[in-house]
Amino acid sequence: MKEQLEKIEALAKQELSSCTEIKALDDLRIKFLGKKGELTAILKQMGGLSAEERPVIGQLANKVRADIEEALSEKLTALKSEAQSAKIKEESIDITLPGKHAPIGKLHPLTRVENEIREIFMGMGFDIADGPEIDDDYHVFEALNLPPDHPARDTQDTFYIEKTGETILLRTQTSSVQVHVMENQKPPIRIISPGRVFRSDAVDATHSPLFHQIEGLVVDKGITMSDLKGTLEMLMKKLYGNECKLRFRPHHFPFTEPSCEVDISCFNCGGKGCSMCKDEGYIELLGAGMVHPKVLEGCGIDSSVYSGFAFGLGLERMVMGRYDINDLRLLYENDVRFLEQF
Amino acid sequence: MNLSMKWLGDYVKADMPIKDFCHSLTMSGSKVECYEAEGSEISNVVVGKILSVVPHENSDHLVVCQVEVGKDAPVQIVTGASNVNAGDIVPVALDNSTLPGGVKIKKGKLRGVESCGMLCSLGELGLDKRDFPYAIEDGIFIMQEDCQIGQDIRSAIGLNDTSVEFEITSNRPDCLSVIGLARETAATYDLPLNVSAPEFKGVDGDISSMLRVDILDPEHCPRYCAGIVKNVKIGPSPRWMRERLRASGVRPINNFVDITNYVMLEYGQPMHAFDLRYVEGAHINVRLAKSGEKIMTLDGVERELSDDMLVIADEKKPVAVAGIMGGEYSGIMDDTTTVVFESAYFEPTQVRRTSKALRLKSDASSRYEKGVDPLLSMTCLKRAFQLVEELGAGEVVKNVIDCDHTSYSPAKVEFSTEWINDFLGTDISEADMKEYLGRLGFTFEGSDVVAPSFRIDIGCKADIAEEVARIYGYNNIPTTDFRGVARAELTDEQKFVRTLRNAAVSLGGYEIATYSFVSPKYFERINLPADSALRNVVRIVNPLGEDTSVMRTTTIPSMLDVLSFNYNNRNEKACLFEIAKEYLPAKEEKPFINGDTLANSGAKKHRYEYSLPDEPQRLTVGMYGGEADFYTLKGMVEQLLDELKISGVEYIRATDSDAFDEKCALHPYRSAVILRDGVALGIMGEVHPEVQEKYGLGVKTYVAKLNIPELMASAAEKITYQPLPKFPATTRDLSLICDDEIPVAELEKAIRGAVGKILEKVTLFDVYKGKQIEDGKKSVSYSISMRSHDGTLTDEQADSAMKKALKALSAIGAELRS
Repeated sequence: MKEQLEKIEALAKQELSSCTEIKALDDLRIKFLGKKGELTAILKQMGGLSAEERPVIGQLANKVRADIEEALSEKLTALKSEAQSAKIKEESIDITLPGKHAPIGKLHPLTRVENEIREIFMGMGFDIADGPEIDDDYHVFEALNLPPDHPARDTQDTFYIEKTGETILLRTQTSSVQVHVMENQKPPIRIISPGRVFRSDAVDATHSPLFHQIEGLVVDKGITMSDLKGTLEMLMKKLYGNECKLRFRPHHFPFTEPSCEVDISCFNCGGKGCSMCKDEGYIELLGAGMVHPKVLEGCGIDSSVYSGFAFGLGLERMVMGRYDINDLRLLYENDVRFLEQF
Repeated sequence: MNLSMKWLGDYVKADMPIKDFCHSLTMSGSKVECYEAEGSEISNVVVGKILSVVPHENSDHLVVCQVEVGKDAPVQIVTGASNVNAGDIVPVALDNSTLPGGVKIKKGKLRGVESCGMLCSLGELGLDKRDFPYAIEDGIFIMQEDCQIGQDIRSAIGLNDTSVEFEITSNRPDCLSVIGLARETAATYDLPLNVSAPEFKGVDGDISSMLRVDILDPEHCPRYCAGIVKNVKIGPSPRWMRERLRASGVRPINNFVDITNYVMLEYGQPMHAFDLRYVEGAHINVRLAKSGEKIMTLDGVERELSDDMLVIADEKKPVAVAGIMGGEYSGIMDDTTTVVFESAYFEPTQVRRTSKALRLKSDASSRYEKGVDPLLSMTCLKRAFQLVEELGAGEVVKNVIDCDHTSYSPAKVEFSTEWINDFLGTDISEADMKEYLGRLGFTFEGSDVVAPSFRIDIGCKADIAEEVARIYGYNNIPTTDFRGVARAELTDEQKFVRTLRNAAVSLGGYEIATYSFVSPKYFERINLPADSALRNVVRIVNPLGEDTSVMRTTTIPSMLDVLSFNYNNRNEKACLFEIAKEYLPAKEEKPFINGDTLANSGAKKHRYEYSLPDEPQRLTVGMYGGEADFYTLKGMVEQLLDELKISGVEYIRATDSDAFDEKCALHPYRSAVILRDGVALGIMGEVHPEVQEKYGLGVKTYVAKLNIPELMASAAEKITYQPLPKFPATTRDLSLICDDEIPVAELEKAIRGAVGKILEKVTLFDVYKGKQIEDGKKSVSYSISMRSHDGTLTDEQADSAMKKALKALSAIGAELRS
């Protein structure tokens, strides 16, 4: 009987090893271990064994059953895993096919750069001030120390509004917001004011009758020109990286004294001189200065107590520098093939 | 201002490299735009002497010259010019030479005869007859200059100056002169400045019998100096003067005109010279013009004057517009014998106003209107006479006329080293500051610093700080982070717009930027009715062109323009948005409000004489192509409103609302106005086919405009969390049949009303017309989700709610589809 049992086990293992389908495993289980299976058939003969043999054979039979069950179970796991692998393989896809896109829009490059600048200044404690785009002569010129007949008005190419005797106009500079803010707020004042400005310039690659400026104004006790330099340096290093260098040149604006123009080391050559910066190494970036005492006084601020600085930068120029855009018109044409690049 | 470096050398030893000079002057405040070395395009051109001229063997119009050029052997040159003879001194472009305009000369053969270069005309050297009046216009330049054979042509004819172009700001008219820039150069480099007072000898004569000058308007002309030159010899001025004028960008004309220009360039003081013959009564009156008085100015234009314009007049007529331009007939002619020189001070505003009114500008007016040195008139008259004598151009009458009503007192400003250092953030010593200011011509008087007379821009302590700073060097001022804390915060509106912009982008909108001004033609292009309030626009007096002449009262045409631009560029689809302003004329005058005062001093604010227009912000959306249809646009609008926490809006047909005149630009059956609590938030829809066509849009196009202030007022201030449901929802589907006319919004309203509190969500999932549905009817299918917060709904509760819904639907003509 012992031989019979061993033979069954060997046979079962042999058949199992050649089995390749999960369904055939069930048949094997019935064949060997089922109620009418081969092992059961042998155990039925146990009655004819001696009392000594019975436990020995019984133990052996149980071991054979357990071995076969284990072999079955192992085979089942192996077959399942094989089937799974095969199925997964069948599910192979071309991962180089394009993804499915949800529609998402784009911010205009002018907004992108403006946002960056806003964030930098808000981090330095500047509020954002808004002001009217159509304003009066007083706020755009007179209060900024540009009285009527001032020669510097010539450079502004102002658009005037009909039927107002040239007193209402399209602001030529965001500096007008300085006046609005100082009229309505006590120092300390720390604002920037981004917005549209208008000048009678015909459209070409670098000119537009409408463009954007960002004005800055700080008024407090003890504000110095070195504070102005520090603020602008901070802005430019955050925008253009720590390597960029600024150069301050004396200039003239009626509403600041001292006044300066600020140049930044050329984006292209880094200051060595190239065709982009006309061999200068620097590119003109913005105008700034210490708020003229007359401007403070005109807004009711005592210039013997307070001082301040102001600056105005052209957004278009910064956008063009940042993205290597060589034609200003692209910004206002709004071709989607242009807009989608940002 | 173009500066001749040779001329500058008269006053200051500026022998540093030109790049260094340009950089340093720029950094001390006189900005250099560019510089140009004269004759830099000319190379390998020398002075030559013609030894012989023989006819060309193969040509009847060419000749063959042997030319001595300072080398061992003469060179042979073939030329077609007919004005060369043996013995002539000529410019010779040798083999491998260059000439202006990129011309290169190489040796070659002309009709079989070797030619080793070219003989040059004035034109080929980039000059003309005004530079060398004795030369002929077309032909080889036969030189009469003092030069050596073989000498470089540039030095031989004085084409070796360097001209530096400065951009001088309007506050520094004193720098529009060689001496002014010499002063800046001397201050910048700490070099001595050598300017001496001009002197002239003069001849005896009684000027009072020759000329009388009266200033009738001393306010506008405080000083008028005049003198006379007799027996004048009109002719070209000498080469050195012509060279300097040329390097300064001024064309030489004749000795007298050149002298006036020379003195103006040298000192910045405009001069005028005119023929005494044309001064009737030999009497000059400086007076205001009579209204309607006319003068033909030097530029050949007759100008009508008004009674606020200052003129130089004789006893009968104006001979010059003061400080701007002389009269045509008073100028220097070839037969002029006696010349009057004028050197005057005219009040800047007067000159500026007249120049603007007459639309007439000149070198003189641009200097006067900025302000010349009020003490310079006599110095410059003397300088002119010094030059007349130096040039031997006539006899100067020793006595001169000086009508002087000047009430000049120098500008004095308190000088405080401490204040300046506190203002600049520097630590400059008093001695250094005084030294810098001294270099610039400032003096000290007690505790004050006194500005020189040519510094018309000095008036306060900050001005002195700037002078110190620019000589100290702006780039030497330290950089600091300013002290004090500030709390920065966006305003509610700024936050709202930020949310709106981000939402528009997340919904697929590309942001655009368009001009605020548009063409008034847009009224017709968007079918605006003749009486629409949107036609009441803010107009620009002096627009660049009609296309940008009015401030837009609606943003929709700008959006349509951009959509059209994209469509015409064959962009298949576009979904765009813009957040920008409309400009609406003020409805009523907003006069000065009493008590409206400055925050800091309590003084009254400046009064507006005219009301400023309103500038409300709008969100404009536009799309075509791809998925774009009315419902795509509406979906975007709905999602935007959801993002902004605006609920409870309804959509009514645009034709049933008067809120937006832009409805005329939209398809009357495919457009809607968005309402909330009776307030119109916006308008949206398909663009009217007619308007589409006018904009050249060949596809269906959709636009929406939302009013940002109204949106902001409608937005929920606070978000309140709704607890998640504890009990399951019950869902029932309803398929209804009703007249096609009935808007689904009414069906939904009926369902909502009938089901009541347990209603959670009504979702429309199908609208069907066509087969199996009677004509004029439609099938509408809803999925209705109901839920109670008190317990699971029973079937009975749900069925009963559905029964009520069907009853309500039936009342408006919708029945269950069988």
